[in-house]
This record gives sequence, C-alpha cells and structure tokens, in this order.
Amino acid sequence: MADAPTLARHPSSNTDPAAGQPVIELEAVRKVYRTGTIEFEAVRNVSLVIHPGEYVAIMGPSGSGKSTLMNILGCLDVATSGRYLLAGEDVSDMDEDQLADVRNRHIGFVFQQFNLLPSLSALRNVELPLAFAAVPREERRRRGRLALERVGLGDRLTHRPNEMSGGQQQRVAVARALVSDPALVLADEPTGNLDSSATEDVLELFGELHAQGRTVVLITHEAEVAERAQRVIHIRDGAVASDGLTGGTR
Amino acid sequence: MTWSDILANSWDAIRSHKMRSALTSLGILIGIAAVVLTVGLGQGAQQKVSNQLNALGGNLLIVSPGSSTTGGVRGGFGSASTLTMADATALSSPVAAPNIGGVAPILQATSKELDNGSTNWTTTVVGTTSSWLSVRGRTLASGRFISDADQASAAAVTVLASSTASQLFGPVNPVGQYVTISGTPYQVIGVLASAGSDSTTNLDDQAIMPFSTVSQRIVGGTNRTSVQTIYVKAASASQLAGAYQETQTILQNRHATSSSSTTDFSITTQQSVLSTTSSVDSTLTTLLMGAAALALLVGGIGVMNIMLVSVKERTREIGLRKALGGTPTTIRRQFLSEASMLGLTGGLLGVAGGVGGALILPHFISNPITISVPWVLISIAVAIVIGVGFGVYPAVRAARLSPIDALRSE
Repeated sequence: MADAPTLARHPSSNTDPAAGQPVIELEAVRKVYRTGTIEFEAVRNVSLVIHPGEYVAIMGPSGSGKSTLMNILGCLDVATSGRYLLAGEDVSDMDEDQLADVRNRHIGFVFQQFNLLPSLSALRNVELPLAFAAVPREERRRRGRLALERVGLGDRLTHRPNEMSGGQQQRVAVARALVSDPALVLADEPTGNLDSSATEDVLELFGELHAQGRTVVLITHEAEVAERAQRVIHIRDGAVASDGLTGGTR
Repeated sequence: MTWSDILANSWDAIRSHKMRSALTSLGILIGIAAVVLTVGLGQGAQQKVSNQLNALGGNLLIVSPGSSTTGGVRGGFGSASTLTMADATALSSPVAAPNIGGVAPILQATSKELDNGSTNWTTTVVGTTSSWLSVRGRTLASGRFISDADQASAAAVTVLASSTASQLFGPVNPVGQYVTISGTPYQVIGVLASAGSDSTTNLDDQAIMPFSTVSQRIVGGTNRTSVQTIYVKAASASQLAGAYQETQTILQNRHATSSSSTTDFSITTQQSVLSTTSSVDSTLTTLLMGAAALALLVGGIGVMNIMLVSVKERTREIGLRKALGGTPTTIRRQFLSEASMLGLTGGLLGVAGGVGGALILPHFISNPITISVPWVLISIAVAIVIGVGFGVYPAVRAARLSPIDALRSE
C-alpha cells in the first residue's frame, strides 16, 4: 500500500535509535484476585520480552490465565506486583486516566466480538481512537480512509457494521486498531467468531501487517491460528509453559 | 476528546434511540410547558388587574364613609354617610392640599330605568362634579361634560357612557336628545369614550349627572349633601403618599377625630387594591408552580431512569470506548451531555408547547396569558439543569465501569 506510508512503517522500526527497546517487557508479573478470604493467583511470576516486529501467539486452555495476561498486556488491568514496560513506559503504577492514554497511543485492539458501534459508519468507527486523541476532524477522516483502504475496504467507508459480513467487520476492527499507528496490535481471539474463509482472510491480513514490521500479539486457543505466528507462548496455570519459534511465516 | 466530538456523539446516541429519547423529553416538555403557562397565567392576571386600575384613573385614592352604630350594631364601612360635599370641597383646596390634583364626590343610584320613547335600559346613575372626568381619567366621545353651572342649578342633564348610549339610542347620536327617569326628562349633553370594565363594574354602562341633580331629583331623602365616595386624585404618582396624608389630616380635622379608632372614614389606595388582588393571584400561581415543579421533578427522574437503562444497555460500548482510550472524564461528559441534551430538547419543546398553549387557551378561558422572555429563558435553563442534575448519577456509574467487565458483558 504505497499510498499509506504512515501505516506501513512501524514507529520503532530499524531506523529508530532505540530499535533494541522491546515493545513489551514483563518482569515477575503477578495478578491475584481476592474473593473474601479466598485468594486466586491468575498470573504467577510471568516474565516476558517481545521485540518490535514480532508476531506472537499466546495460547492456553480456558482458565489458564491467558485472558488475565492479555488484560494486563492491553493495559485494561494492572498487575498486583511486578513491572510492565510498554514501549519503554512503565505502566505498573498508572492511574485510570494515564492507562486510557497509554491504550490510546500504544495499543490497537482487535476483539473476538468485533465491538464496532452499530450506529456509526465504518469510517466513523475507525476514526474513534483518533477522536479520543483529539486529532482534528479532517486529519481523522484522512487517516481513517487510509486505514480502511489498507484492509481492503476502501469502498465500504459509509457502510454500517450490520451491512457487512463478519469478515468485513473484523477487517474494519483491524483498520481501527491500525489507525493510530500503535506500537502493538493486540488481538483477542480475533477469529473466534468467523467462518473458515473469513478466518483465513483475517489471518492473512495479520501476516501482512507482520511482514510490514508491525508488532502483533494474538491470543488464541486454536492451534492452526497460532501456527501462523512466528513465536508461540503457551500459558498454563498462570505461568509460561513454553516459549518458542514456530519457524512459520518468516 | 473535544467538546464538539462529545456533543456530536451524544446527538448520535439520542438520534439512534428516537422513541426512547422522545418519551424521555416528554416528561421535561410537560413540566416546562406547565411552568411557562402558569407563570404566564399569573402574569396575565396581574397585568389585567393593573390595566383595570389604570382604567380607573391613575394615582387614585378612594375615600369611603365610616361605619355607623345603630342600636349597638355596628355596620360596615360605608353604612354611615359621614362624608359630605363640604368635605370634598375642603379637599379640593390647593392651599391646604397641594398634593391633591382633583376631587370627585360620588353619589350613586343603582338600577334606575332610563327611557327613550319605547326603549328602556336599567343602569347606575352617578352624581358627581365637573372634575370627575379628569379624576377618573376618562374622555368624551362627543358633546360636553357636566359643568359647575349644571351643578349649581341642579340641571336636568346627563352624560351617558358609551354602552348606555348605544343601548338607548342605537346608532343615533344622543347628544341633544332626552332620556326619561321616573317621568322626568333629562337632556343628554355628552357621551363618554369607551374605557372597558374593571373587576366589579362595567365602566361603559352608566349615566353621569350633576351631584346636586342626583341628590335632589333622583335619590331624595333628608341629607342632601351626604356623599357615598370621594375620589381623590394625587397631582402625580410620586405625590400619592402626600395626597394620602393631606386627605387624612383634612378629614380628621373636619370630623374632629384623631385616633384611628374613632375615624369615621377610610382611605383606600389603588396600590392596596392591587396588592390584595395580586396576592390572591400569587397564591394561585404558587400552587400551580408547585404542581409544575412536581411535573419537572418527575420528568427529571424519567431522564435519570432512561440514562441508567442506557448505561446498562451500552455497557459494551462504554467498555470499548474505554479500551480505545476514553478516560472516565470523557465517558462522564458524554453521558452528561446526552442527559442535558434530552433536557434541552424537552425544554425547547416545552417552551414551544407553553407558548402555543398561551396562544390557544385564551380563546377558551377568560384569563389572559402573558409570556415573558426572562421566564422562557429561565425555563430552558432549568430544563438543562434538570438534565445535568439527574444525569450525574448515571454518568458517574458509566465512568466507573471497568473496561474489562464492560467488554465482557453481553
């Protein structure tokens, strides 16, 4: 996509002097839930480094703590103890407003349920993160259009979510994740609600993003989805069970 | 997120739930329309009263005789004829009473039948002096008013009010014609211009005659100088208090009374009539305003209810907005601005409804309704305040939602 330079280039790509700085750096992260007197340790002592340009799949059965880990990675929740550096920023002790800002600047979310606002057009949905960043309206329009063209929906700008297929909706969601040019694209079971051809479609898109140097972290429980990634991290009982390269796409 | 984006979002949310938004605004609409109408009714009534009092003639004092005591039974004010023509003359002295601009003694005879050939009409005959015209602030439509000479000679002449003239003479100009009362002919020398009506009398239905004519020819009786009422007009509005003082002093001296317990007359001012009437009206207005405030309260609770439902229904949306970078402040503002927009919409429509009612209602009820711009603006402000006030709790609830739980909700 030659006409989308801002989207094709990663902010911390190799030309950056801080190229070696990891996108994600977890140090001895724990998350403990307390219900009355019962304590439950959902994430125990996870340390993890993900570098720019990596395509990582986090796998694990339900109840393994991978959702909790994903919430922490997405700055939707904070760890009970340990340290989390996102693109070099320590988010461990941030308050709600600061976390919202960090999410807005550094993370592009893709959800299993797409989570598009039904009353807004595809373009308005994609613009949403930029609106929270107070980007001027015209600039938002322009970048939103580029992002939708990037995911192959340049002709669907004014369509509402209910006028599109599941695969198309998820591609709108991917465009929304890309529009603010984040350090990290975080996808939570992105293919969970899609049929096999739409799944293939979306996974191909993630592959392309990876090829363009974006950092993609994908949470899934499907092996064939995880296979497409470059690195797979297995989570079991709140801890990293295995972490290795797949020898996959790259 | 900028305010214009927040407002645009709120407008989208309101539009995408048209029915619900309309019903929510309806509560506010009814309340505001009720406020606009009740205030309009109250102000209309006050306007009417002050118009009527102005029609009576401005700056007016009304002196009534005191009560009589007959066999231990004390009559009310006006039951004794303690005022005389001499009192009225004394009050007209420019030396003793510089603040008094005019004095008109009144002697009335009610339900007198006036005949013009085969046509008859029953009305009130008012005996007075030449100064009546200026004291009551009236004008003549044609002819002349009674003169001092008429008074001195107890001339058989009359000036008819406009309705009385048209009832007796139809379209014919009555000046120079005669009306007969109990067989005695009276020449019509003038016709009064129309003045409308006050709360008790039709000002356009009476026959004016010289005081002496009424006392000698129509009322009769022994005391031919006693007066029923003396209208005293202050020289200007600012001199009303002075005129009041002078009237009181002169009459007390003449009647040799000094304390209020022995005073045999009473002085009523227009102001006291006005305040009595308007206090009755304001009691009514207060009651109606109470009902309107209650309606607004219910409307506000309606807004809160709908906003709470909306927060519940849009939990996922809130979660998403938070995940994409919406701060609690942004979310709170979004819901607050939605609530205040609902309030504002209801308020504007309510004002429209109130003004519409003010235009239509007077055709069905006798009361005039005055719409005042300040009150319209106040109502709109109140509607917004209600929207914001009752939107606070739902907005805070929305802002407090955890993004994870919100995203998970179904």
